Amino acid sequence: MKKQKNKLAGLQKRKAIAGYIFILPFILGFLLFMVKPMFESFYMSFCNVELNPGRVDKSWIGLENFRLAFRIDPDYTRFLTEELSQMVLYSLGIMVFSFFVALILNQEFKGRGLVRAVFFLPVILSSGVILGIEENNYLMAQLASTVEMAAENVSVTDAIQTILRTAGVGTRAFEWVFEIIDNIYDVAVASGIQIIIFLSGLQTISKSMYEAADIEGCTKWESLWKITFPMISSMFLVNWVYTIVDFSMRSDNQVMGKIDTVMLNQLDYGPACAMAWTYFGLITLFIAITSFFISKGVYYYD
Amino acid sequence: MTKVKEKKYSTYWDRNRKSGGYLFKRDVMNVLWAIARFVLLFGMCFLILQPILNKVSVSFMEESDLYDPIVVSIPLHFTGQNYQTAAKIMSYKEGLKNSTIIAVTIAMLQTAMCTIVGYGFARFKFPLKKFWFGCVFAMIIIPPQAFSSSLYLHFANWDFLGLVKAIKGETINLRGSVLPYYLMSATCMGLKNGLYIYLVRQFFRNIPVDLEEAAYVDGCGMLKTFVRIMLPEAKPIITSCFLFSLVWQWTDGFYSKLFLGKKVLVSTSLSTIVDSLGVYIAREQGVANAQVSVSTQLSNCILSTGTLMIVFPILVVYLFAQKAFVESISSTGIKM
Repeated sequence: MKKQKNKLAGLQKRKAIAGYIFILPFILGFLLFMVKPMFESFYMSFCNVELNPGRVDKSWIGLENFRLAFRIDPDYTRFLTEELSQMVLYSLGIMVFSFFVALILNQEFKGRGLVRAVFFLPVILSSGVILGIEENNYLMAQLASTVEMAAENVSVTDAIQTILRTAGVGTRAFEWVFEIIDNIYDVAVASGIQIIIFLSGLQTISKSMYEAADIEGCTKWESLWKITFPMISSMFLVNWVYTIVDFSMRSDNQVMGKIDTVMLNQLDYGPACAMAWTYFGLITLFIAITSFFISKGVYYYD
Repeated sequence: MTKVKEKKYSTYWDRNRKSGGYLFKRDVMNVLWAIARFVLLFGMCFLILQPILNKVSVSFMEESDLYDPIVVSIPLHFTGQNYQTAAKIMSYKEGLKNSTIIAVTIAMLQTAMCTIVGYGFARFKFPLKKFWFGCVFAMIIIPPQAFSSSLYLHFANWDFLGLVKAIKGETINLRGSVLPYYLMSATCMGLKNGLYIYLVRQFFRNIPVDLEEAAYVDGCGMLKTFVRIMLPEAKPIITSCFLFSLVWQWTDGFYSKLFLGKKVLVSTSLSTIVDSLGVYIAREQGVANAQVSVSTQLSNCILSTGTLMIVFPILVVYLFAQKAFVESISSTGIKM
């Protein structure tokens, strides 16, 4: 009996060792290329960094770099606040949009595969450098507006906006909604993966639930809120985190661009580190707080 | 008996009357919704595809067409000149070759390593597993830009455990060489590798354990089980990880600029295409060093053409492997 137990422990031990061997590359990489540089850059954000051939000189200057970033640099604070508020706004927009599209794509109709492929296309095409380039292409913007004007002289959204504004409803919240609608292209382009994640969640909900609700006299609208919403609430958490991470790492991000210029063009490593750390700290904090509140509302069926 | 019943409700309007008008109402609503859905989806698909279509039409225009307010979408003077110019500026052939080599090898390396690590996380129990998986999450969340500066310096004065300095007396400058990025890819630290680890782990967790246990009972070792039994099972997720990695590496600007700056890659040359255009035109006109001002229209036209040329290879990949891209994510059942 005892012998058998020992044997099991031996197997477990062997499995544990094998497990460590399997994840060894990750551990090595994580320690060498992530933890070490992270500590270094954290330290560098408090230092005056000078580059000399063959070595790097660091001298402790305390919070000077942070003061430089926030008080002296003309752009950083502005970019940071702009970027963060944009992030909140767009992430919300992306969540609503992708949930809505996933609901539609979950229905049966002809050409569903094609539409799904089109919605996923931006994940492939608008990645990396291409996204940043699209930003300042005036010719494209001009062409797009020409096409828009040719399609309809009076746009419906414009009309609704004017009506709402003259009716005096145009408060701050509405302005935000208008901004998202005006930039619906950016939202649509950024929500490819989110749509697929929502779709995969929707497909796991069994049809019998809807049928039962239907027989009990539940309308579609009610079953959306009482069945669909709780059942895929865990997807909201995943998507929210993904959206924010994705948004914060976009290549057309102003803060990232700023950090890049400070680092690679001006060779100011200290301030660049300080900027990167404040930015990343704020985003992590934001993710932590929001996902804490979202996870409170997540409903787990099993 | 049944025949009578069938006859009783045979016509549509009979059945409609029997249901108190519900049937007709439902059908009308369905048709209306189908139309509304079509309009909505058509609009949104158009929204997404329009920039690409615009680029295609602009890329075939002659320069005079760009200034002509009458020409909108269909070029008046059809030309392929823009493609030639863009190819020359970007040194497209060389970039294509370099990018292909780098993207394919990097993608293969990253996929292989992420599969191994993901399998380790999915199938083995070991102490501190939760902690290490938390590290994977940290890797997904923390942008590499946060520590890119020290990584840059790290590779500028690269040394492995002080060994190199002891032998050669000075550290090696690995900046501009491809080695650092391969090292990082081999240790799952490349572009979005945390995501791939997560996807692979999710996939392996859905495969029944019995398969492996049978192999163990039959005397198959752990490595052999992984290679012979689990890997063939995981083909779909491996393919899609490879494809993602390939495509994202192809368009990546961040790591390419940081580590592969000296190599001619399509992604980096696209991001500097406008500046290169000015230099190119100056050289063509024989005005040495003087900054020739290039009209916005022309530079944007070349930019669009360049973008199309870069996008084209991955578009082909996507057309052939569309299912692998989309279904990988939905099949793994991402949960938190």
